[in-house]
Amino acid sequence: MELSREKLIDMLGKMYKIRFFEEKVDYLFSLGLVHGTMHLSIGQEAVAVGAVSALKSDDYILSTHRGHGHCIAKGADINLMMAEFLGKETGYCRGRGGSMHIADIKSGNLGATGVVGGGIPISTGVGLSIKMRKTGQVVLCFFGDGAANLGAFHESLNLAAIWKLPVIFLCENNMYGMSMSVKKAVAIKDIAKRADSYGFPGEVVDGNDILAVYEFVLKAVKRARKGEGPSLIECKTYRWKGHSKSDQNLYRSKEEIGSWKKKCPIRRFKEKLISKDILTEEKVKVIEEDAKNIIEKAVDFANNSPEPSVEEIFEGVYS
Amino acid sequence: MRKITYAEAIREALRQEMRRDENIFLIGEDLGIYGGAFGVTRGLINEFGEERVRDTPISELAIVGASLGAAITGMRPVAEIMFMDFITLAMEQIVNQAAKMKYMFGGKAKVPMVIRTPAGSGTGAAAQHSQSLEAWFTHVPGLKVVMPSTPYDAKGLLISSIRDDNPVIFIEHKLLYKTTGEVPEEEYEIPLGVADIKRKGEDLTIIATSIMVQRAISASKELEKEGISVEIVDPRTLKPYDKKTIIESIKRTGKVIIVHEACKTGGFGAEIAAIISESESFDYLDAPIRRLGGLDIPIPYNRNLEKNAVPQIEDIIKAAKELIGK
Repeated sequence: MELSREKLIDMLGKMYKIRFFEEKVDYLFSLGLVHGTMHLSIGQEAVAVGAVSALKSDDYILSTHRGHGHCIAKGADINLMMAEFLGKETGYCRGRGGSMHIADIKSGNLGATGVVGGGIPISTGVGLSIKMRKTGQVVLCFFGDGAANLGAFHESLNLAAIWKLPVIFLCENNMYGMSMSVKKAVAIKDIAKRADSYGFPGEVVDGNDILAVYEFVLKAVKRARKGEGPSLIECKTYRWKGHSKSDQNLYRSKEEIGSWKKKCPIRRFKEKLISKDILTEEKVKVIEEDAKNIIEKAVDFANNSPEPSVEEIFEGVYS
Repeated sequence: MRKITYAEAIREALRQEMRRDENIFLIGEDLGIYGGAFGVTRGLINEFGEERVRDTPISELAIVGASLGAAITGMRPVAEIMFMDFITLAMEQIVNQAAKMKYMFGGKAKVPMVIRTPAGSGTGAAAQHSQSLEAWFTHVPGLKVVMPSTPYDAKGLLISSIRDDNPVIFIEHKLLYKTTGEVPEEEYEIPLGVADIKRKGEDLTIIATSIMVQRAISASKELEKEGISVEIVDPRTLKPYDKKTIIESIKRTGKVIIVHEACKTGGFGAEIAAIISESESFDYLDAPIRRLGGLDIPIPYNRNLEKNAVPQIEDIIKAAKELIGK
């Protein structure tokens, strides 16, 4: 394990922040305080944190509609995220983006897109720009199993391959594209296998094992930095909640959801860190409490923030 | 002044801008050795190399996506979509991503990219290689839409488009590529959103875009022989759009014909007509607004059918005479 103790503890803290952020916004939604819908990634925290932990702070990510975790993993300010969630002027996007479009260009978070697969072509351009500017950065592009069946996936992976772009294509296979089971949507067992047809490595990873995700992404990052080109990593995981707030889970069983809850990525990592004597139950409690406090403060920050001004509705359409 | 073709003017703008700023690069299908389907980028690869004159596979969506990703991280891409018809394959990245990014992210993203694409009929290429789809893009906030009608405008507008920090759809016309006109050798900008009065006149205003500007000029020369004095206004950019020049012209002439090649229904001419109706120029009209546009049909292959599908010089002459009552 090449990760420092501090980094491991930070990773666990981020997982808790994601979990608590999403539980909190789910709760706020149930109170009718959230204007739009949301896509929760509860159960998938190991993918976001494991993958982003393998990046340097100036590397780029592109996120998805289910992107709160990616954003927090990249080090987003939770206050600004929560404010965006509640549509406030102080939010990352001045209340113009909402849950689905949180971006922080300065920190290398090039944003979440509401169109499935929409970030994949963009990531090739980011990779191209890195290569042309010779900055040694990489870009990690998150997308889901559903996005892997788009034409955008094919065009982009091919382009990244022929130009050896420093892109890590990270497929978060949470088993469903809305209600469509990946087993019905894809005729092969592993989406990662498609990398073969483009001529770069494809790996299947247990997406609920944060250290495995970290390890495989780090390998891909090293490869990208050396100029050897892209990789495709498929992290098999599961979303505990529905696709969005309209989802009644009619397409899957309680037993199936329950079986994945037993594989909770946070509990798994926590137990590992305790067994390695990196943390104790007591210290974990402190980390949890800290995470909860950060979320509570973010809610206060958001609630006390001003609404965007209608007079400024046109601001930002053009440069 | 030196005369060059519309295609040469575009090439010169690209060359001069690429010399000025090394972050500018070209990306698209067959741009390099081939020089683009219409030869516009021919020779640029010799000066700038494969990195900056970047040939892609046939992947329009990825061409635009790659341009967008590069634009938001410090580059200034100029993409080429070989025929405007093929821009349909890239619509997701243009409409949902490039156009929205700045606003959706609270004004923080900067998207300096240009998509050059040739539109229009007249080449016998039929329904899937002849469309004029500019109106679609004017309907999407966040995009700018530019349609040059002369070599001079093509160069100046392209330079401005490249220097603009927003996504610009730069629509060229295939039949204009070989037309010639005076073009200064040095670099110059034509601001986006400023119309040009291509010809001064008193009896009638013709508002025309792209190749229809040239047809309107030809028509106006014929009409002049019959004592009809035509003013021709070329918006040059459809978004942003210079309402003032159009309104002022109509206030002087009291009559207006709007001509474009795109299908009449839902064409940008409808927008211009609406702008006129909503403005003070309405009170100055002494005849109904007249629109000439393409027929509501796919562009047919047969030479004569193709010609009849879009406005020609004689159609403009006929409409002008009807409007004047001669």
